[in-house]
Amino acid sequence: MRVSLNWLKEFVDIQIPAHELADRLTLAGIAVDRVDEPGKDVSGVITGRVSAVLPHPNADRLVITRVDTGKEELQIVTGATNFNAGDVVPVAPVGATLAGGVVIRRAKLRGVESEGMLCAADELGMGDDHEGIVILPPDTPVGIDARPVLGLDDQVLELDLTPNRGDCLSVRGVAREVAALLKLPLKTPELVFPELAEGAADLIRVTIEDPTLCGRYVARLLVDVKVGPSPFWLQRRLLVAGMRPINCIVDVTNYVMLEWGQPQHAFDYDAVRDGHIIVRNARPGEKLVTLDGQERALAPDMLLIADPERAIGIAGVMGGLNSEVTAGTSRVLLESAYFNPVSIRRTARSLGLYSEASARFEKGVDPEECLRAADRAVELMCRIGAGRVAAGVVDVYPKPYTAKTIVLRPERVEKILGVPVPTGEMVDILERLGFAPRGAAGSFVVSVPSHRFDVFREIDLIEEVARLYGYDQVPHTLPFGVTTAGVRTPAQKLEASIKRTLTACGLTEVVTYTFMNPKVFDRLGFPEDAAVRRTVTLKNPLSEDQAVMRTLLYPCLLDVLERNYQRRNTDVALFEIGRVYLPRQDELLPEERGTLAMALMGRTPSGWCHKDQPLDFFYLKGVLETLARSIGLGPLTFVPEINEPAFHPGRTARVLAAGTDLGVLGEIHPEVLESYHLPERVVVAEIDLERVAALEKQEIRFSPLPRFPAVERDLAFVISKDYPAGEVADVIRQAAGGLLRELRLFDVYEGRQIPDGYRSLAFSLRFQADDRTLTDEEVNGYLEAVVRRLEQAFSAVLRV
Amino acid sequence: MQEKLLEIANEAERAIERADTVEAVEELRIRYLGKKGVLTQLLRGMGALPAAERPLVGKLANEVKVRLESLLADRASTLKKHAKARKLAAERIDVTLPGLRPFLGSLHPLTVVRTEIEEIFLGLGFQIVEGPEVELDYYNFEALNFPKDHPARDMQDTFFVSDEVLLRTHTSPVQVRTFEKTAPAVPVKIIAPGKVYREDDDATHSPMFHQVEGFAVDTHITLADLKGVLNSFVREMYGEKTRMRFRPSFFPFTEPSAEVDISCVICGGRGCRVCAHTGWLEILGAGMIHPRVLEVSGYDSEKVSGFAFGMGIERIAMLKYGVDNIRLFFDNDIRFLAQF
Repeated sequence: MRVSLNWLKEFVDIQIPAHELADRLTLAGIAVDRVDEPGKDVSGVITGRVSAVLPHPNADRLVITRVDTGKEELQIVTGATNFNAGDVVPVAPVGATLAGGVVIRRAKLRGVESEGMLCAADELGMGDDHEGIVILPPDTPVGIDARPVLGLDDQVLELDLTPNRGDCLSVRGVAREVAALLKLPLKTPELVFPELAEGAADLIRVTIEDPTLCGRYVARLLVDVKVGPSPFWLQRRLLVAGMRPINCIVDVTNYVMLEWGQPQHAFDYDAVRDGHIIVRNARPGEKLVTLDGQERALAPDMLLIADPERAIGIAGVMGGLNSEVTAGTSRVLLESAYFNPVSIRRTARSLGLYSEASARFEKGVDPEECLRAADRAVELMCRIGAGRVAAGVVDVYPKPYTAKTIVLRPERVEKILGVPVPTGEMVDILERLGFAPRGAAGSFVVSVPSHRFDVFREIDLIEEVARLYGYDQVPHTLPFGVTTAGVRTPAQKLEASIKRTLTACGLTEVVTYTFMNPKVFDRLGFPEDAAVRRTVTLKNPLSEDQAVMRTLLYPCLLDVLERNYQRRNTDVALFEIGRVYLPRQDELLPEERGTLAMALMGRTPSGWCHKDQPLDFFYLKGVLETLARSIGLGPLTFVPEINEPAFHPGRTARVLAAGTDLGVLGEIHPEVLESYHLPERVVVAEIDLERVAALEKQEIRFSPLPRFPAVERDLAFVISKDYPAGEVADVIRQAAGGLLRELRLFDVYEGRQIPDGYRSLAFSLRFQADDRTLTDEEVNGYLEAVVRRLEQAFSAVLRV
Repeated sequence: MQEKLLEIANEAERAIERADTVEAVEELRIRYLGKKGVLTQLLRGMGALPAAERPLVGKLANEVKVRLESLLADRASTLKKHAKARKLAAERIDVTLPGLRPFLGSLHPLTVVRTEIEEIFLGLGFQIVEGPEVELDYYNFEALNFPKDHPARDMQDTFFVSDEVLLRTHTSPVQVRTFEKTAPAVPVKIIAPGKVYREDDDATHSPMFHQVEGFAVDTHITLADLKGVLNSFVREMYGEKTRMRFRPSFFPFTEPSAEVDISCVICGGRGCRVCAHTGWLEILGAGMIHPRVLEVSGYDSEKVSGFAFGMGIERIAMLKYGVDNIRLFFDNDIRFLAQF
């Protein structure tokens, strides 16, 4: 909210500079984002009287004006049309500076010399209105500096109010805070205006159907209304606050809203049937065209202002077009009411119609101030000649405000803040803020002023004391008592050690959005009924790309690869540890499963003397095996997998440990790669971390270093390609006996000397005993057993 | 015989000097001193000498032998040294040729910062707990004192899954979930890092981002304790000289509430573009846990009190590394990631 300092000064005698005031307010919880000086850049602008308006010979949309600036007469070309000869306007002669630092230069417009510019509000830094030239009061002297006349010497506080402080959504409200902070009195101007004999009570009737929705309704009547523009000083204040002037009646209601925080509405009295205002809920199917010209379908939980025949406004949100104040209006019914905040909020939300009024009502306004605000409005209308005030007021206030009382215990204040606040100071703070504390030192009974609808219980009072006492007065201490140990959970430790190993293996960690586009499942080739398509779906996503929560992690990595590949980062090894979100039957919340995904493309680094290696299936398989060892999983087994839609059917494996399916490892299907515009080989693994965590980990136990030498022998077999190497290795292990300490496949060969459909697998076997040196004879015996078993099982032929 | 000896010695000395390989030296040793060597052969004829001459000749012969042995050894050693030097010279490489750089894996900057934050609070005795990201309205709002239809809900633009289910907008629901398990026991000291979501997307806001929540409940926790704990954190994270200030603010689930600023890490508080010339940077929100939050979870707010705070990890990482656009963290260009 923007608050004019000059306006504030009408209520508090502020003597400190604006920046100091801003700091004081900020440190008391009324955050001031910045101090705006709208007229800072403006200089050299003077007042001038338009003495003549002549047509432009070469342009229909321009006019030539002669402007008397006291000393000289300037010829100025302008496109504005909202002024007449005789008006006093702000003039920027050649050399003057406008908002944004624009310097006025001599110019020719369509061939006619122009010696300056007539100024619109935005050019003077007063809001964003560019609809016409600012018209100054007719009695303004000509040829003087326009800055003070325009109020450009004013400063504006830009407040960032928290939603609990609806009471500060007005000049008056902020002034109350300022007065409390600076220990200054709050001035309340007396409202004096003549009232006609004609009585409002005779002409207006107000009926409130449900007092819980409308707690108070004050109506006043203005007669002999003359609708026209409001005076400049009033317009100026609206502009500075960011509102656009409309006419003198509407402007005054807005002015009072800005000043007192009380939204008001002006109805054309003669459009209100029988002068009877009925505050009621909408009827089914009821419609209303609001002031913005939109037809609104109303729901029965919406509160309306109606007359006996029809709706004439949506309470607290926006008036109806059918009762709008227009140039022809002669009598005005002024509404100053209190509506239920929740009801207004719901209505505004469901209509998508937010107004300055609804923003205030939904945060709460002060029901005790409705009448005074109505008086302020008619006083102003009367003062500016907008109309005359009918005597009396209709004030329906079914259940007048009774002050809440709250017990405040000083020892409780200390217990929460950790610092003793002297009782006298506590009382002083509360009184300055308008609270009324009564009672002895041990505990106070504090009555809450009507404008502090955010204060309900003792803790709210403690906060009030704390923020004015000053948070900087609270010392720094550390909690004492039973000490607690800082510990990570096992899952966090597992995650940390996985990250350590994978980064050591050269993989880069990424963090991706957990949202995904549901179309990705099509791209990955999942069938319509695939389980992964059951997703947590957002009702209000920012885009289709973020419409559902992911059920798979690796597609996020494919996106990252795609982006990197487009940017010519061609050799990439990534991993992410994140959650996938799996909806559960009969549960509101999905299962959030910790998942690890890895993705590689391209080659390892190479140099002038070292060859690179492809980042292929076996590279990632090796990383996985290294990872398994580092986190204490037993050996992994890899079983061919042909049913993963997004994966290459011949180059994919399920990953198992101790019989548990941990996930999948494989190359991405060429068609998927094509759709991601990725190179030929991309290899990916996705591992279920919850399952990894559930497996029993092998504790690290030291085993003594061997004392007897090992015997190493190599065997190569020609064997049908139908038999997976892993199966062959398993058989070797079984056949070789307990002294086989290590089995390593070191060569796979196809080609010359090997028949089609066969390959040669070469293994290195290491035997070792703890208690003796093995003899050749013994080892030969084991090898013969291996050869025999492989012959039987796979018709393998030993190569010699 | 003596003359003969000296002649051999001279001849041998010259030969040794001329020898240019270790092998040549060895050959000379065999030629002169070996079992069939010249000197050995000569000495065999000593028996023929008169007895009176023998000691003299014997002494001389011994001197010659020792001298030749020493010369041979020196020559061999010198030649070995030369040979090594030549080998080393021949093996010289161009050290300015590039090295082979192995794949260097790295942690994401958000992990680096998150771990740093976690370590500080682990040291202060906090435990780490995580909670669900797809959350019930109850835990995200209701139990945290955001009633339905309350303007405070506008503070956090929310992604909804259904009327009851949403993506958590902050890590604070972990407070309530924790209290439901711990109440009425104290002390509780927890930090809860994790992903949070808000319907917001620009250079400083991301629809998904990360927070660390922290909270403590005990029989005597005060606002002063909150200031003390956060001051320890700020000094460890940003350095001893960093100043901290508490500004009153509003969060429905804490009261009194505060925004916490630190003196600008870029300009040291003098005022710069990063701190919008205020000298201060807002880095976290904090406050005393609202009694209602304790009460709905089963604590007696008369008997225990607590504090809570929450900070955005991206914000801290952006300040720490000078990253000016939050989207870079989720874009995952490896040229960006390789910098951390």
